[in-house]
Amino acid sequence: MDFCRRDFLKVVGGAGAAILSSSFLSKVAHAVESQGKNIPVIWIQGQNDAGCSESILNTFSPTVVDVVTDIISLRFHQTVMASQGHQCIQVLKDALKSDEKFILVVEGAVPTKDDGLYCTIGEDENGNPITMLKWLKDLSAKAMYVVALGTCATWGGIPAAEPNPTGAKPVSEVIGTEKLINLPGCPARPHHLVGTIAHLKLFGMPTLDSKRRPMMFFSRLIHDNCEMRPFFERGDFAKSFGEKKCMYLLGCKGPITYNDCPNYQWNTGVNWPIRGGSPCVGCASESFVGSKGNAMYARLPEAKVPGIPGLKVKADKFGVVVGAATIGGIIAHGVGRIIASNKKKEKATEKEAK
Amino acid sequence: MAKKVVIDPITRIEGHFSIEIEVENGKVKDAKARGDMFRGWEIILQERDPQDAITVTQRICGVCPVGHAMASAKTLDAAFKVNPPDNGRIVRNLMAAGNLLHSHILHFYNLVALDFVDITAILDYKGNDATMINIREWVKKEVASGRNTAAAPFLPRYKGDYIKDKELNLTAISHYVKAFEMARTAQEMVAIWGGKMPHVTGIVPGGVAENVTAEKVASYLYRLRKIKEFIDTCYIPDVLAVAKAYPQWFKIGAGHKNLLAYGIFELNNEGTETYHIPGAFINGKLQELDQKKIKEDVFYAKYSSPSNLHPYDGETTPDVKKKDAYTWVKAARYDGNAMEVGPLARMAITHLSGKRPEVSKLVKSVLSSLNADESILFSVLGRHACRALELKIIAEETEKWLLQTNPDKPVNNPYEVPKESEGYGLTEAQRGALGHWIKVKNHKIERYQCVVPSTWNCGPADEKGVKGVIEQALIGTPIADTENPIEAVRVVRSFDPCLACAIHVIEPETNEIKKFKVF
Repeated sequence: MDFCRRDFLKVVGGAGAAILSSSFLSKVAHAVESQGKNIPVIWIQGQNDAGCSESILNTFSPTVVDVVTDIISLRFHQTVMASQGHQCIQVLKDALKSDEKFILVVEGAVPTKDDGLYCTIGEDENGNPITMLKWLKDLSAKAMYVVALGTCATWGGIPAAEPNPTGAKPVSEVIGTEKLINLPGCPARPHHLVGTIAHLKLFGMPTLDSKRRPMMFFSRLIHDNCEMRPFFERGDFAKSFGEKKCMYLLGCKGPITYNDCPNYQWNTGVNWPIRGGSPCVGCASESFVGSKGNAMYARLPEAKVPGIPGLKVKADKFGVVVGAATIGGIIAHGVGRIIASNKKKEKATEKEAK
Repeated sequence: MAKKVVIDPITRIEGHFSIEIEVENGKVKDAKARGDMFRGWEIILQERDPQDAITVTQRICGVCPVGHAMASAKTLDAAFKVNPPDNGRIVRNLMAAGNLLHSHILHFYNLVALDFVDITAILDYKGNDATMINIREWVKKEVASGRNTAAAPFLPRYKGDYIKDKELNLTAISHYVKAFEMARTAQEMVAIWGGKMPHVTGIVPGGVAENVTAEKVASYLYRLRKIKEFIDTCYIPDVLAVAKAYPQWFKIGAGHKNLLAYGIFELNNEGTETYHIPGAFINGKLQELDQKKIKEDVFYAKYSSPSNLHPYDGETTPDVKKKDAYTWVKAARYDGNAMEVGPLARMAITHLSGKRPEVSKLVKSVLSSLNADESILFSVLGRHACRALELKIIAEETEKWLLQTNPDKPVNNPYEVPKESEGYGLTEAQRGALGHWIKVKNHKIERYQCVVPSTWNCGPADEKGVKGVIEQALIGTPIADTENPIEAVRVVRSFDPCLACAIHVIEPETNEIKKFKVF
């Protein structure tokens, strides 16, 4: 019944398997599977909306029951656990005292203003509330790995959007990045968490990009694999919602968002935003909501695109468009490109991401 | 001598919530409901493109994003002076119905059931179902480990009067597993039109983004029918079985008995007629809804701004250390009354309005099978029953609406973001009455305000001492064992609290923006 490598390959499917280079195999010795048991998971929530939890419940293969009985041992998760009050807080206290290894999953941003009093979980012996900030610091110190689940935990998300009223921070800014894996997305996607935990269990830390995101899920821009890409190449753009063409002019954030939506679609593959006639809102990107100057349906600035009079661009060079002055906070991952062209010459500048 | 009992956190709800109760002579004498998390949504929305509100407000709640998307879209429709075409209106209803199916099923089975069902009954399972055998073997192995967290997240749990009937327990466990599949299927129904779920991209001002095709209609229809079968053969029978096993819970958790509903499921494109009927039920009488009667009291909420203001004039200045304040949730009042919102309010008001005979017929038939009248609906089991009956009714209506869509017609109408405007949208999230309000200035959001279901249900006492809805429902609840106050959490969960929704507003301490709440 124990989760094995064969199961893992089923979990992550072809896309994941392709990423599993031989370098991973050397890590097998460190894999938790050698202990032959379900890997303990403690899942805490900060400034969240439970959307990531709801999303993970949609896991199809393995099912939720498979995950809970075969893969992990879900010690703490406020939305599903039977115990409550002191009884469930005791689980966290025991984890702090025990030598048992666990994965800490963090959903939501971390409020830090006013000593973190904007989010509390349980009380101490004196009846004072314990902040989520303190739980995160204490539990992460004991955790084997920390998974920041979703855009709020990864980037700060909407709670940290301008003017960030509660001093909300991403997990990385509170505990550092040493054990951290970021799984952005609003919400995070079921196969990202299940696949990451499976990888940790079997092979240890997956290969991450410079922003601590697993390469197996976040190596490509939405724009790279978008089914509307041919329309972009032809300069054939949608003018209104529901027109099934490239939605660049409607503000699509596919060109700046790393995620695998075009490959996996959503909700057992019934649809995904762009196929559904609406632009990608960039929910997994660092700039999601972000500064006041951002707008969901505003065309990404500074990009010169096919079919627009007076402007030219080589579409194959269209990677990441950054207009820091206009939309501060849109930060390209890895090596991005700013396309800066005029009528006479076209210049592409490579720019290292922040 | 009263004993103080704190349950912090209350699990198996959405968000950060706790209660403090005083127990005397085996009953709850006093109760405080505490919202423990705070983000600041409306302030973040200010000065942004109004169109962004649909995307941003959905993230108030990952359980009821479609409710917020609907409220927000209706608000923008009003401000932009655009109505959806037939397809746009109907497809919005289809998404709202999908979210309702998802949420109610998940709530009863995956959140509430563990207060009644004995999970350890699985050890006696003798059947051949592979999933049930898998769970049995897992529980066996876990229990043998001797850990405090063996069989987590199902154990540990409060000691209590769980169901003793072995077959009923086993049936409930198998339906607990099945409910995950149903909830996932309902999410797919939303995503067919909305692009993804949670958090759709397909609801836009003036309608929806996704076109109607026969393929999509069929894909939705057969998922709907699968869930309808689950409602008829599992959900409703299981709720009635729990009701039979715990008849005393029809007498516990009554609360104030005042109900508020805004109406949902638009039947015309102007949104003036809805399937669920809006209204306010106060002191036994049904009144027409008048939004001007709403005020918010902050006497016990962690804000230093004035109390008992109409939300239109409201101010909100946070004060994390305000004396005697115990929650981040405000006390919403309607004409001075604390009002319960949710499926009980919707079903009771729609039933009492006399405008939906099929609703009245269903409610009456269930009451007559229980030899009871409407008064028993004001209870823990009454809320669960209303939730189940509502789902049956709405699933049936949804099939009719689905077949009114037309692939040859548009799904949205064009609009422009005006320079200055205002508007509001009233609807129902799964948990009850939900309203958004906007003021637009220079094509940007000047102010945006949400008054949500769990503000009504989860709020504190007001200055006059009128208790919040859940607080009042807790008072009088018998508590057999203060170390294991399972009765209290049964009362709380019957409301399906959502704290992320209830606490979404904050103003900066600089107080740069005043009078920003709109109503």
